[in-house]
Amino acid sequence: MLEIKDLHVSVGEREILKGLTLSVKAGEVAAIMGPNGTGKSTLSYVIAGREGYEATTGDVRLNGENILDLDPAERAAKGVFLAFQYPVEIPGVATMTFLKAALNAQRRARGEPELQTPEFMKRVKEAAASLGIAQDMLRRPLNAGFSGGEKKRMEILQMALLQPRLAILDETDSGLDIDALRVVADGVNALRSPERAFIVITHYQRLLEYIRPDSVHVMAQGRIMRSGGPELALELEERGYQDYIAQEAA
Amino acid sequence: MAARQETVARVESIDVDAYKYGFSTDIESVKAPKGLNEDIVRFISAKKGEPQWLTDWRLDAYRRWLTMAEPRWARVHYPRIDFQDLYYYSAPKSTPGPKSLDEVDPELLRTYEKLGIPLREQEILAGVETRRVAVDAVFDSVSVATTFKAELAKAGVIFCPISEAVQTHPELVRKYLGSVVPVTDNFYATLNSAVFSDGSFVYVPKGVRCPMELSTYFRINEQNTGQFERTLIIADEGSYVSYLEGCTAPKRDENQLHAAVVELVALDDAEIKYSTVQNWYPGDSEGRGGIYNFVTKRGDCRGRNSHISWTQVETGSAITWKYPSCILRGDGSQGEFYSIAVSNGYQQVDSGTKMLHLGKNTKSRIISKGISAGHSQNTYRGQVSAHRKADGARNFTQCDSLLIGPNCGAHTVPYIESKNPSAQFEHEATTSKISEDQLFYAMQRGLSAEEATALIVNGFVRDVLQQLPMEFAVEAQKLISISLEGSVG
Repeated sequence: MLEIKDLHVSVGEREILKGLTLSVKAGEVAAIMGPNGTGKSTLSYVIAGREGYEATTGDVRLNGENILDLDPAERAAKGVFLAFQYPVEIPGVATMTFLKAALNAQRRARGEPELQTPEFMKRVKEAAASLGIAQDMLRRPLNAGFSGGEKKRMEILQMALLQPRLAILDETDSGLDIDALRVVADGVNALRSPERAFIVITHYQRLLEYIRPDSVHVMAQGRIMRSGGPELALELEERGYQDYIAQEAA
Repeated sequence: MAARQETVARVESIDVDAYKYGFSTDIESVKAPKGLNEDIVRFISAKKGEPQWLTDWRLDAYRRWLTMAEPRWARVHYPRIDFQDLYYYSAPKSTPGPKSLDEVDPELLRTYEKLGIPLREQEILAGVETRRVAVDAVFDSVSVATTFKAELAKAGVIFCPISEAVQTHPELVRKYLGSVVPVTDNFYATLNSAVFSDGSFVYVPKGVRCPMELSTYFRINEQNTGQFERTLIIADEGSYVSYLEGCTAPKRDENQLHAAVVELVALDDAEIKYSTVQNWYPGDSEGRGGIYNFVTKRGDCRGRNSHISWTQVETGSAITWKYPSCILRGDGSQGEFYSIAVSNGYQQVDSGTKMLHLGKNTKSRIISKGISAGHSQNTYRGQVSAHRKADGARNFTQCDSLLIGPNCGAHTVPYIESKNPSAQFEHEATTSKISEDQLFYAMQRGLSAEEATALIVNGFVRDVLQQLPMEFAVEAQKLISISLEGSVG
């Protein structure tokens, strides 16, 4: 599904990713863990195509196709979804309006017919109900005045609606209490399928108790330092990231 | 839409020196020579068969105009206008129009298409000649207009060109004309008083709720209003009227200078809602050409508990100089101003309002949304004042500016004066940019840069769009997106 090879990325003058290589297969849930400031969010931005996060060398392929030259909307239409660590407020734009515009823009880009309002409403309402999102929240401006937990649930709602091929969750667990965490994890688990891959970026093992990863990758200093199975997350929880930081100093 | 089609002149004639197309001097039709003097004023008045009092009124305005100077305080820049080099009376009909849509500027046609205007109406808007002759026979709205007139007559509402009202209801015109915007009000209003071409006249009798929204759309075949439009609306005691001016279709006009005057009078317990969509030619992408729009619009809440509300969506003109205002004279009267001003390219907008609180317990509310893109400059200029007798006057003002791109400017110039200690004025102003975060977020969900910008902008102007009648709001929303095309990405 996703192949990243020797990726170098600079933001401004600073090189953040320094030769990152990562492979995620369809159906896989890959967890990326690592200390603050190692470029985890940068990685998510590069995959999603944010301006200013350009690869100097290296390759990012989605289902064999190099996506580095595509703009964010084109990548979205090809199935890339990013659940933001800090979802953005869009004042005055009703959540429902935004969701419909986004979904239909993607469908148009893929040459699929646009969804009409009744069918769209049905899908949104179902997804909202399963995530415990109240109907009146859908009429409010997107993310404006939402609590931290509400914003994160709204991200998962969008993911459920847009049905991406590759979903990246950037510290979706940050700022969530245990109940909200469970709701979010259930939402993610419901979307797991053999055709879909997930990259779950997190600091803590806690989220991975609810979303069981197939692989765990330790990221530090702009690279994947070590990869393993779910047991690696437990080891990290015990020992922390000091080994990987120490390596740098040595 | 489709307002004042007769003035929607030929599409080719859109340059700064548009006059080279418009008015040849050898045609014997109704037209005065270039320049302005007392004879021209008399000529205009005579052509319209006006009574002596009105001729004198025009002449008085002209003589006063000679002593006045152009206002220079607005934040707009343009070459000095030679007022002796303009025509003050002419009929756009005298110019040959395109023979078919093939001859019309394709860019204009694309805009019509985006607005969803049917082909036949596109031809009329673009001034295709064959249609112009037969317009009465083919245009659907004519029959609509006829039934519409019958219904208004039943309610006792007078809605006609002001030139007709001068003949049929001289007592009303004489009583109210110039009673809100005095002859000497300002340079452009005074010029308009001397040479005004035509415009709407509305009178709603006591206690009548006008049964439908009045739109210039229904007046299109009756006249050409020209560049010096004059509108007068009177709502008698306890009446209500909603008036829509303008057209979301782009207007290409051979007259570069427009100086209109609109006067509204609301008597006791009367309410007037006045909505405008202005989409005149803004000039090309280099800032050449475009309309200069110097308008004086004012409403007088003359009666107790009267209510005047202005809503405007301004996307056109190279220069906009416009301050629809309310004189809150009657005790308990209310004034409102809701505005969206969009500027792109090299447009310059200096617009806002005045709320003059004279009566007791008067209230006003101002919501202004300015959106600047390209190299444009967008200024909100507003005055709120309380007279010393205006006990309990209240105002709320909110001015928000949105910048798109690094080369545009937004400015807010509020003037607040209170001579009464019990007056309460609140002013809030914000300036923001469409953030990269917002754009990236929306694009990550699949929206193109332009779709994302349009969505964010529509969110920004939502509380003003809600003030517009439904179908007008939908068109206005499309229009704003079209105006901002090419401003991102």
